Amino acid sequence: MGLLSKKDSKLILDPLADNNPITIQVLGICSALAITAQLKASIVMTISVIFVMGVGNVVMSLIRNIIPSKIRIIVQLTVVASLVIIVDQVLKAYSYQLSKELGAFIGLIITNCIIMGRFEAFALGNGVWRSFLDGIGNALGYGIILIIVGFFRELLGSGTLLGYKVLGDPIEKTGLYATGYENNGFMLLAPMALIVVGIIIWVQRSKNPALVEDH
Amino acid sequence: MEHIELFFKSIFIDNMVFATFLGMCSYLAVSKKVSTAVGLGAAVIFVLLVTVPLNWLLDQYILQPGALGRWLGEEYASYDLSFLSFIMFIATIATMVQLVEIVVEKFSPSLYNSLGIFLPLIAVNCAILGGSLFMQSREIPTLGLATTYGLGSGIGWFLAILAIAAIREKIRYSNVPPALRGLGITFIITGLMAIGFMSFGGMLTGGDEEPKQEEKKAAVIEEKVEEIEKENAKEIADNTIKAVE
Repeated sequence: MGLLSKKDSKLILDPLADNNPITIQVLGICSALAITAQLKASIVMTISVIFVMGVGNVVMSLIRNIIPSKIRIIVQLTVVASLVIIVDQVLKAYSYQLSKELGAFIGLIITNCIIMGRFEAFALGNGVWRSFLDGIGNALGYGIILIIVGFFRELLGSGTLLGYKVLGDPIEKTGLYATGYENNGFMLLAPMALIVVGIIIWVQRSKNPALVEDH
Repeated sequence: MEHIELFFKSIFIDNMVFATFLGMCSYLAVSKKVSTAVGLGAAVIFVLLVTVPLNWLLDQYILQPGALGRWLGEEYASYDLSFLSFIMFIATIATMVQLVEIVVEKFSPSLYNSLGIFLPLIAVNCAILGGSLFMQSREIPTLGLATTYGLGSGIGWFLAILAIAAIREKIRYSNVPPALRGLGITFIITGLMAIGFMSFGGMLTGGDEEPKQEEKKAAVIEEKVEEIEKENAKEIADNTIKAVE
């Protein structure tokens, strides 16, 4: 890593595992769960959040010395809302079908706690470059969980990945379905997202006992 | 009748936490004790009850395509401000939350202290903005129904956080695998509760209406579906034309 110093690369790599926004910091769960029934939606959501967090952290870091702390929440919300409007309009222009599917959840990036949380915890007290790295790192950490959950839910729930029938055709009984395999439609329903995230947390904490909470 | 239907639908069937996963962050963070959970739940009910009808008015008279024309005169009818809805909704919500904060601090300092940082965080509680956005996307027709929807969603969220807080107080005495303690087990319990809430799904489909009306309704719905399909086909065609160009 010639470009980044050791301290800077830590900012990006830490949130991917040991300080993951979803499983450790408990931020940004709201929108993470609802859209993970399909891998494609999870990927689009990840890209949107990376954009909003990277740019948002830079903007907040630039104006951190100007805004009075009393009205900072309203300022933060305005910044995020403007960025989300950009994302929403771009999605509507280039991928109308997907933007219909994601529906209200693109708008809910505004209230994604991960964004406000990182503004409060990091961008308000650090320089522009470090805030940018922190934003990207946390958005990636968020995205990884989203993509893992989306992968398993789409694979087990509808037997496809990104819409491709990787396990064979369930109607014509080809591929794995010829052996009597059935899709688990339950994976597509809302509650399974919670249980899948719960299992991810379980696996992560059994591998790293330092993260275990006492109730 | 439709008020009661929407009320129960928004509490049980479309429950904010269990059906749409909104407000999960504060749901997980504040549910360690029943008393703080009750305080936060009450604040959420109140804020939703006020912001959903307010945002309904904004949506009807400013944001919808052609809404300005209804009260400012014909020359404004061609404006479509719907892209501004995120920023308008969140501004209303942030203002209302500030107001609630001032009122709570004045009348109940103990509640104010126990809520602490979480009161300003209601502004970024997805359940609040989600209530307004779903109100917009489900096209709730009247102000009264919007109020009912806000109240119902708030009570649904309240019930959810009350239930999980009670469970978490008791689960402290159980022998949970170490790696699952805290967050992990809470996620899994919430998942199981969500499965339980799914059983409410059939509650409002019961047949106490006369069959004639249902036939009419079905016909109307079919017409609507056809219209929507036509529109979709048009949009897709338009999009592909654009893409080709």
